Amino acid sequence: MTTGHHIVKSYDDELKALNDTIIEMANLTEIQFESAIQALMNQDTELAYKIIKDDDRIDDLNHEVDEMTMKLLALRQPMAMDLRNVVAAIKISSDLERIADYATNMARRTVPLINEGTVIRPIHNIPRMGEAVIEMLKNVVDAYIAGDADKAVAVWHADKAVDEMYVSLFRELLTYMMEDASHITPCTHVLFIAKNIERMGDHVTNVCETVYYLVRGEPLREDRVRKTRTDRLLTDDIETKE
Amino acid sequence: MNMENNRPETVKSVAGGMAIDTAVTGEKNLKMDGTEETTIKMSARNLDVFYGEKQALFGIDLDVPEQSVTALIGPSGCGKSTFLRCLNRMNDTIDGCRVDGDIRIDQSDIYDRALDVVELRARIGMVFQKPNPFPKSIYDNVAYGPKIHGLAQDKDELDEIVRSSLERAGLLKEVVDRLDSPGTGLSGGQQQRLCIARAIAVSPEVILMDEPCSALDPIATAHIEELIDELRENFTIVIVTHNMQQAARVSQQTAFFHLGILVECNATNEIFTSPSDERTQGYITGRYG
Repeated sequence: MTTGHHIVKSYDDELKALNDTIIEMANLTEIQFESAIQALMNQDTELAYKIIKDDDRIDDLNHEVDEMTMKLLALRQPMAMDLRNVVAAIKISSDLERIADYATNMARRTVPLINEGTVIRPIHNIPRMGEAVIEMLKNVVDAYIAGDADKAVAVWHADKAVDEMYVSLFRELLTYMMEDASHITPCTHVLFIAKNIERMGDHVTNVCETVYYLVRGEPLREDRVRKTRTDRLLTDDIETKE
Repeated sequence: MNMENNRPETVKSVAGGMAIDTAVTGEKNLKMDGTEETTIKMSARNLDVFYGEKQALFGIDLDVPEQSVTALIGPSGCGKSTFLRCLNRMNDTIDGCRVDGDIRIDQSDIYDRALDVVELRARIGMVFQKPNPFPKSIYDNVAYGPKIHGLAQDKDELDEIVRSSLERAGLLKEVVDRLDSPGTGLSGGQQQRLCIARAIAVSPEVILMDEPCSALDPIATAHIEELIDELRENFTIVIVTHNMQQAARVSQQTAFFHLGILVECNATNEIFTSPSDERTQGYITGRYG
């Protein structure tokens, strides 16, 4: 991504260390996310607890990125692409940290869901939604490493499908809850899990925007109707049910 | 000298590989951010400069907006000081220096044969790298210009010019009780502010600054930078600096020179966050070109 080396070599080393930390964070976040889906589907309480515990490592890396970027800004006064690189690192690490938090939330919901004992059918849509977001996350990390703005844009668009999956799952869960009041507790847990995944997708799109800005030096400008569309669909849904 | 009298109303300016239509000097033009209108104070078109056989500048097209700070940056020998010195014909004093092309202030050609160079340099003042006060008193340093240009009718008026110039240069408080002491007795930063007071005493329209802070410590530098920021309310400033953070701090427009070519000229904010040319990127991020 970078063209040529800095005259001061240690500056290159510091920027590389920063990028490596982001990539490590991204890899750990992917693992946490995959594990969260696995724990849910395999009813694996032990794995769920492990996810909750392992979140600390990602928080630590987030702090490391904060320290590295503060140091780079104070001591190197980065300019142009280097400045965008440092600012991108701050933003991406905080998005990754949030994504990892959502994985932890999923794990926290999984424990009571397993204890509940009832398996509700819509849960089978969760892995499909999860895989779509994991794929997005992997691709945007690749785009970050390769400095590929076009790939970042493609990932950004992929979030639409995730939103649609969420809306359809939401409707399905509503139907379930109306059929049988005893489904309300497990369905609510599943709904929160789905919402977590949907939010993860949104954070991945934030990373897409950051990668785009990092590479092109200008903001990714596309119509942001997506968010309102999701909300509108859901609101309409509730209103028609009422 | 290539002096064209029938200039078209607009000319093509090529900056950073992008052709843009720009108004000639003195005319209203859109600002970099497209929000406000600004006037072009000085403009260079197709400027070539030679030192003997050696060509130092190649076809420079650059507009200097009024009441703003334009920073010229680039590695040593890139031609930025040469360009600055063309703006008030300081290069005339160098043997074997030849200037081709067109430089205008408020639409009038500064290389016009009929033009009085002394008068031109009163309109376009200059501050140098090393503070160079005259070996005279603080008062006389500032009074010298207004005296030779006959800007004051009497002693009271001259006193007022000296006082207000020192005030605007942010030096008055420090020297008010020793105006008769020699200017050379001041600290480096104070001497530089004295030189700025001397430059503004003749009410110039444009102030050229060639590395005005490179011989100063960070505190004195901060004072000068603050002063530059205040001066741009009344003057048009062009500054050459090796310190990119300084260019970023004080200027609204930055021009990057490399090997005698104007590589890129854009709003300072753009240049330091997302320059469009690889060479600019390489220079400002400290990479090999």
